[in-house]
Amino acid sequence: MAILVIAEHDNSTLKGATLNTITAAFEIASKTPGSELHLLVAGRDCQSVAEEAAKVDGVSKVLVADDASYEHQVAENVANLISQLGKDYSHIVASATSNGKNILPRVAALLDVGQISDITAVESEDTFQRPIYAGNAIATIQSLDSIKVITVRGTAFPAASIGACVESNAEITNIDSPASSDLARFVSEEVAQSDRPELTAAKVIISGGRGMGSGENFSILEQLADKLGAAVGASRAAVDAGFVPNDMQVGQTGKIVAPELYIAVGISGAIQHLAGMKDSKVIVAINKDEDAPIFSVADYGLVADLFDVMPELQLKL
Amino acid sequence: MKILVAVKRVIDYNAKVRVKADNTDVDLNNTKMAINPFCEIAVEEAIRLKEAGSASEVIVVSIGPKACQEQIRTALALGADRGIQVETADYPESLNVAKLLAQVVRDEQPGLIIMGKQAIDSDNNQTGQMLSALLDMPQGTFASEVKLEGDKAQVTREVDGGLQTLSLNLPAIITTDLRLNEPRFASLPNIMKAKRKPLAVTSPETLGVELKQHSTLLKVTPPTERSAGILVNSVDELVEKLKNEAKVL
Ligand SMILES: Cc1cc2nc3c(=O)[nH]c(=O)nc-3n(C[C@H](O)[C@H](O)[C@H](O)COP(=O)(O)OP(=O)(O)OC[C@H]3O[C@@H](n4cnc5c(N)ncnc54)[C@H](O)[C@@H]3O)c2cc1C
Ligand SMILES: Nc1ncnc2c1ncn2[C@@H]1O[C@H](COP(=O)(O)O)[C@@H](O)[C@H]1O
Repeated sequence: MAILVIAEHDNSTLKGATLNTITAAFEIASKTPGSELHLLVAGRDCQSVAEEAAKVDGVSKVLVADDASYEHQVAENVANLISQLGKDYSHIVASATSNGKNILPRVAALLDVGQISDITAVESEDTFQRPIYAGNAIATIQSLDSIKVITVRGTAFPAASIGACVESNAEITNIDSPASSDLARFVSEEVAQSDRPELTAAKVIISGGRGMGSGENFSILEQLADKLGAAVGASRAAVDAGFVPNDMQVGQTGKIVAPELYIAVGISGAIQHLAGMKDSKVIVAINKDEDAPIFSVADYGLVADLFDVMPELQLKL
Repeated sequence: MKILVAVKRVIDYNAKVRVKADNTDVDLNNTKMAINPFCEIAVEEAIRLKEAGSASEVIVVSIGPKACQEQIRTALALGADRGIQVETADYPESLNVAKLLAQVVRDEQPGLIIMGKQAIDSDNNQTGQMLSALLDMPQGTFASEVKLEGDKAQVTREVDGGLQTLSLNLPAIITTDLRLNEPRFASLPNIMKAKRKPLAVTSPETLGVELKQHSTLLKVTPPTERSAGILVNSVDELVEKLKNEAKVL
């Protein structure tokens, strides 16, 4: 039997998170005798995504469902497609991104199976590890369902490579789409435009918290980020205060990141924030309160007023 | 229009979690419990819709052992009208919760169902999506704004890239994100009043829902701890360490 991986994309290019998910799926496949990976690209005018996906190492087949009703990944329509297709697969795997989280539980319920969310390790074909309680405990869970529906935490698996093997072109097949529903209709979207790297893919992240004081002050972090090619993140308090948009929130209920270097500025280090960044390789904390819990996970802590030290750091890095 | 809100009893978000020494689960004995923060936001949204004249009644449902009546009472004190407890020995898996809720929805026929996007114990983020699949209703997950317009709900959702707005046919399911609203506190008189509000107790058998096990929890272990590093005294020292010791720059 095969494993179905759901590709995430914007109808023109594949999202980076899909490559990490493919690695997780490949690990499952390697523990499931006679298994191979199929990638589903559901979208509108998404042929370029399919061609890109066909070059990803480990993928043996790319299925393309090209239909207007998939343009904005409306869950009602995409889940319908995946659940019909999914009946013939042993596993259905997607990234634990907002899109994957939105669609996959719907697929699971349509197939009358459970879902294992946000896996961070594959123990066997049916047994996985996942963090619970904001990462304060790790659960090992065995699925009892015939079709295993899984979302993957991208930071826990390396990205699959593209075109590393010669002749790695997978076969591309167009498939039919079931009738679409009009239960939910896309109205509009406000997508943040930024030249900085995506948070979940960045090698360096500089995050600001309530201590930044205002949205304008975030420019201090942005300048340093641009110098280092870094992404800018935030704590919930900074988002709630309206300093920065919601898509910058790092944490238990925001984005999970694990860069080479994470610099937390004016962030206290609540467990919900730590849940989203404590797997970073090197953590730097800058906070004027020496008792701030962030220092308990930081490799390098600097107890200082951020407005004093950030300009100096900008100059010296 | 009735609004149904599902609330889960979970560990208080400030409480420390300990893993049991035998690694079978986390130890919640003597731990402070509370209404799941996202469910609290769901209750608040329902009450605001009622206050705005868009809803006639707010019903709260919780599934779990008798102790979860405490969280139903909290929701009643915040302004919900009546409660339903579905009594189960422990907290069922998401698909089972969704199946129980689906039956309550069939019985009550609400025009809108509001739930949390995620329970902060399991961190599953599944139940709302599953419920909408079972009921063949549209879903507006991770909502930061909800507007009711006739027989539609306009829902703005927090997604990875920013915000997305959908128009959903009612009845629909909405799951809440942090920015949807800021929940109120219950006043003492309202806490007293809540004690007299109706709270019905039912069971999976009465609802005619058969619970099925979909997974087994094999073990629960503590995460690998990260130990604190060092404090540096100056920006120069920090830069030096990052370049020469950590070698990340
Ligand atoms: C259900 C739920 C989910 C949550 N999810 C998340 C999540 O995903 N992500 C998240 O981040 N949080 C989340 N939280 C919130 C979390 O509990 C904390 O409230 C939040 O992380 C605090 O943000 P903060 O550190 O910026 O603010 P604070 O805790 O207020 O800390 C501000 C820090 O800035 C320091 N500071 C102030 N001024 C200066 C200065 N001039 N120079 C240097 N330091 C300064 C202070 O010493 C302080 O330590 C969640 C909470 C709940 C209940
Ligand atoms: N035992 C329960 N009783 C009532 N509602 C629940 C229960 N479990 C989950 N829910 C609802 O489903 C939401 C998401 O939970 P989950 O999918 O488990 O993360 C919660 O915020 C609740 O609204």
